[in-house]
Amino acid sequence: MSSTKPMQQGKFTLRKYKPVLWLLPFIAFFYLFQIAPMVWVLINSFIYEGEWTIENYSEIFDSAFILQGFSNSLWISFWSSLIGLILAAILVSSLRHLNSRIRDAIVAFTNMSSNFSGVPLAFAFIIILGTNGAVTLLLRQWGLLGDFDLYSKSGLLALYIYFQIPLGALLLYPAFDALKKDAYEASQLLGASSRQYWMKIGLPILSPALLGTFIILFANAIGAYASVYALTNGNYNMVTIRIASLVSGDLFLEPNLAAAISALLMLLLGLITAVNQWLIARSYHG
Amino acid sequence: MDNNNLLFHKSVVYGLSGLLFIPILATLIYSFSSSWGATMLPDGFTFKWYTQLLTDPRFLEAFGRSLFICISSLILAMVLVLPMIFVVFYYYPALDKVMNILILLPFAVPPVVSSVGLLQLYADSSVQLVGTPWILIGTYFTIALPFMYRAISNSFTSINLRDLVDAAHLLGASTTKAYLLIILPNLKKGLLASTFLSFSFLLGEFVFANILVGTRYETLQIYLYNMRQTSGHFTSALVMTYFAFIFVCTWLATRFSKGNE
Repeated sequence: MSSTKPMQQGKFTLRKYKPVLWLLPFIAFFYLFQIAPMVWVLINSFIYEGEWTIENYSEIFDSAFILQGFSNSLWISFWSSLIGLILAAILVSSLRHLNSRIRDAIVAFTNMSSNFSGVPLAFAFIIILGTNGAVTLLLRQWGLLGDFDLYSKSGLLALYIYFQIPLGALLLYPAFDALKKDAYEASQLLGASSRQYWMKIGLPILSPALLGTFIILFANAIGAYASVYALTNGNYNMVTIRIASLVSGDLFLEPNLAAAISALLMLLLGLITAVNQWLIARSYHG
Repeated sequence: MDNNNLLFHKSVVYGLSGLLFIPILATLIYSFSSSWGATMLPDGFTFKWYTQLLTDPRFLEAFGRSLFICISSLILAMVLVLPMIFVVFYYYPALDKVMNILILLPFAVPPVVSSVGLLQLYADSSVQLVGTPWILIGTYFTIALPFMYRAISNSFTSINLRDLVDAAHLLGASTTKAYLLIILPNLKKGLLASTFLSFSFLLGEFVFANILVGTRYETLQIYLYNMRQTSGHFTSALVMTYFAFIFVCTWLATRFSKGNE
């Protein structure tokens, strides 16, 4: 099998490389639709009016509008990931105490609701929580809701948290297997409170999974486009909305500026992942 | 665990899932109601919105287009991925590590970013791509790739690939024949599970469809978006029909992945 005789090698070079041929169609398509667009973005972010320059980048840092897009995106991504992660962790840790029938049903439901995102989700939110939404009117009648406005920061945050919870729960669910019941019982025997158990044992064991999930939620949120576009018609200033409007808007198409914003977005994601990996590596040693 | 604690955990789980369920339930009720103002319950129930939706030729066409794009891209993905995984696992097992990094790219690069490059690269291609379903089929292949690779490579590690192919060789079959007749049937469950999973994912794809093609080839998601000005009851019926479809797909996906264990 693997002991190909050297004599055969020269003779059957073509045959030896035949398996590689089967890889070629895949490589071609993957290159055309995944690698090439990415490379185009990276290269063209440094080209302005046909010349190599960092002009596109300095334009970003001079534009309060684009920077606001970045800061809005970061704000919503950070808080929606954090709150979504906490709620998902609470859901999963309580879920483990229920019997397997309920558990399977809830996991199946979470799985399903993780598909409820993008445009349909935004519409559902408009229908129930929009200005004339059924729930809005009901809550207002009861004097609740305060100055909640679905089309503002708080509304977007609610929408983002909604799609982060199921995703976070699905990602965290297997990780909670690491929490053994005996560790909890042992800590109780030694006189620890529930709170002490979580602070000293539970959370440290889970921290790599929590950090890993956080970064996936964050990336998911910062790259999200459909839900905010559908909810605000592209009027809320987020970084993905800025990018899209520079390549497919009605006026002022500036693909190279869009490329530079995209490159910065990827750099940002890369940086956050790196910090996260560093934290995970550290958390193993306590 | 004492009863008090169980009650606590139950209420946490039901409370949070209930919260997730509210928008779905409200949309469902809304889609069946003739009108719904500031009251606990809608004024009357009706199937009017569903009949209106299901008799709208524009909806049926958009749905057909979405099915065409999703099914074509899944077929493309299978045609490209199945031989690729076999070659990786049978001839170059070391490549699996590289592949596991490569398949992260469709997740790591936001669709908006990819579409910037795609739009510029293929805007002036000699064969018209931008604005046609073909560019979506190529792009959707990259979206389905991670699901498919993970599921199928799991199937590959669970079967004895080398022994199976060697046995087939001994019995006089060529590698291709062994692959088609012995290996492929063993991958069926992983393949089906990942297909339904990617299908429901692709059906919900909006970003590429909107930026690369838009109204020039109205898919289900684009139709949904374009219907935003019409009655909320109508759009709820639309959202619910879409969601029922997704529900069936996810259900089938979990069905098949369970049978795989």
